[in-house]
Amino acid sequence: MAKFPTLQDQLGDPIAGNGLLHRRFFLQSGAAIAGAAATLGTASAESIGTAAPEWTKKPGAAFNGYGVPSHWRDNIQRLVVTNAPPGREVAGSSRTPLEMMEGTITPGGLHYVRNHNGTPDVDPNKHELMIHGLVRQPLVFTLDNLLRYPMESRIHFVECAGNSGAISASAEPQQVRASTIHGLLSCSEWTGVKLSTLLEEAGLDKRGTWILAEGADSAAMSRSVPVWKALDDAMIALYQNGEPIRPEQGFPMRLLLPGFEGNTNVKWLRRMKVMDGPMYSRDETSRYTELMPDGKAREFMLQMEPKSLILKPSFGINMQGPGYYEISGLAWSGLGRVRRVDVSADGGKSWAEAALSAPVQTKALTRFRLPWMWNGQPAVLTSRTTDDKGVVQMSRAQWVAQYAPRQNFHFSAMQSWAVDAGGKVSNVYV
Amino acid sequence: MSRAQSGEVDTGSPQDCAANKRVYRVIIAAVLLAAGAASAAPALPKLGRPANPSDVAKFDISIPPDGTGLPAGSGSVTQGAEVYAAKCVVCHGANGAGTPSGDRLSGGIGTLNTANPIKTVSSFWPYATTLFDYIRRAMPITNPQSLENDEAYAVTAYILSFDNIVPKDAVLDATSLPKVQMPNRNGFVNWEPRLLKP
Repeated sequence: MAKFPTLQDQLGDPIAGNGLLHRRFFLQSGAAIAGAAATLGTASAESIGTAAPEWTKKPGAAFNGYGVPSHWRDNIQRLVVTNAPPGREVAGSSRTPLEMMEGTITPGGLHYVRNHNGTPDVDPNKHELMIHGLVRQPLVFTLDNLLRYPMESRIHFVECAGNSGAISASAEPQQVRASTIHGLLSCSEWTGVKLSTLLEEAGLDKRGTWILAEGADSAAMSRSVPVWKALDDAMIALYQNGEPIRPEQGFPMRLLLPGFEGNTNVKWLRRMKVMDGPMYSRDETSRYTELMPDGKAREFMLQMEPKSLILKPSFGINMQGPGYYEISGLAWSGLGRVRRVDVSADGGKSWAEAALSAPVQTKALTRFRLPWMWNGQPAVLTSRTTDDKGVVQMSRAQWVAQYAPRQNFHFSAMQSWAVDAGGKVSNVYV
Repeated sequence: MSRAQSGEVDTGSPQDCAANKRVYRVIIAAVLLAAGAASAAPALPKLGRPANPSDVAKFDISIPPDGTGLPAGSGSVTQGAEVYAAKCVVCHGANGAGTPSGDRLSGGIGTLNTANPIKTVSSFWPYATTLFDYIRRAMPITNPQSLENDEAYAVTAYILSFDNIVPKDAVLDATSLPKVQMPNRNGFVNWEPRLLKP
């Protein structure tokens, strides 16, 4: 008689400290676990509805024009962070509730928002994009114009340069949800027109090395972008996850620079000026620059470095007794694809390679998972990613050592969570 | 792969088959020639409308370090003090000391390489043109792009006078503003050459 494999058989023995198991569990094509079918009768005078729940016994809700998430989960909300005084509520950000989500795509309504003076209500019939400067012919495009160009759809993350800054800037680990620290991170399918197509039409001058991108918001956000990036994979994004880009993400059009710091992906894009050097705008000099210990600051640190983060478990998502758990988290790199993610449950003494959920795409969030048999003992969980350029995620100590005290842009180091014997999860520095 | 999938037509005899192949080759060559003569790639829409030079001038509000594009007009420290008191002090505080609603603008010079670095306009910003650009495009934050060019020059001058980067009797205009030497002018390392390029 065939013996069905037990869960224990499938999981195998731990391969790293504190109960981390082999990722093969996720690589197998679903082992068959059969259950015995029981035959139970129903008395003739009884309807089967007797045993049915309420929602099975009456028609459900009618159709509607735009669906919303289940009210049973209406606690899944962006975290609005603002410490501004009354009247300045537009200062701050709202953060994607990463630890309450799965997969890799961020629904439009949960995409993080960081603006510099609120979300403008741009009239798509009046908004225009101007391309000028070192070009043969300065041009103006309406939204209707752009909608007739060849389009591309690609999945990319966008991450604020200030994401995770609470870790680098705070001497003691803050005991807050993962999204409070890391929620300035989202990933969408973006559809739009390649910027290189429009630059070709305007006739890019050989002297052009940088392009200023400017938004139509009330901060008139402006950033300089190298021409090589504009000609590589830059896009004028018009759609986000299949619908017109949301106002908070730049309706009717935004610049998308895959892998570059969020702020350079200028929203409500209205103007691009080709130049022979950077503009040195406020947000590329006084902001988004990193002070080193010698007092010099790095400017134009445009690419987001490889990074990973365990979300399950994490602060606020505690263990419920010893036994089987799935460790789940996100990895990404602004340089290319995630090649691997290693997970440790003993604070970095031993590591097990996690399984990556396909497809693993360039400059996109990648989901990693690893089975874990938690024995109820204290553990410290950490993840570390390596991208396809061979760049390895740094430890917090390595990252902090590069800079002056309390620098909070471009933090890309490892995040650690301690699990105590009671199963409570807290933020720790390792 | 089946023969049908490979594009061959089985006519029943080897000779017919070879003759058909020759015909196909001629047709394919003719099609390729015709396509090559027309264009290597499909024509793009080219729907961009030539920009009117006066529109370009109106929208091109950015000011680089060399001052290109600075408008006519001027403003003094004294005039700037009045603008600041009316429109800036509520957020940025007296003498640019900062408040919870507005960045600190003054002080901190010499702190960048210490254990307590303080980034302000005076201590950190490398270019005075950037200050003018930012004030004119984004300030005051509740009423952006409302300042007249003279007011923008004046309030720039006033802010730069907090730490004597310009003297108390300074007047800034398109000629003098780009010449202002900021204390941290050489405090930056350009990281762009170290980025991973395609």
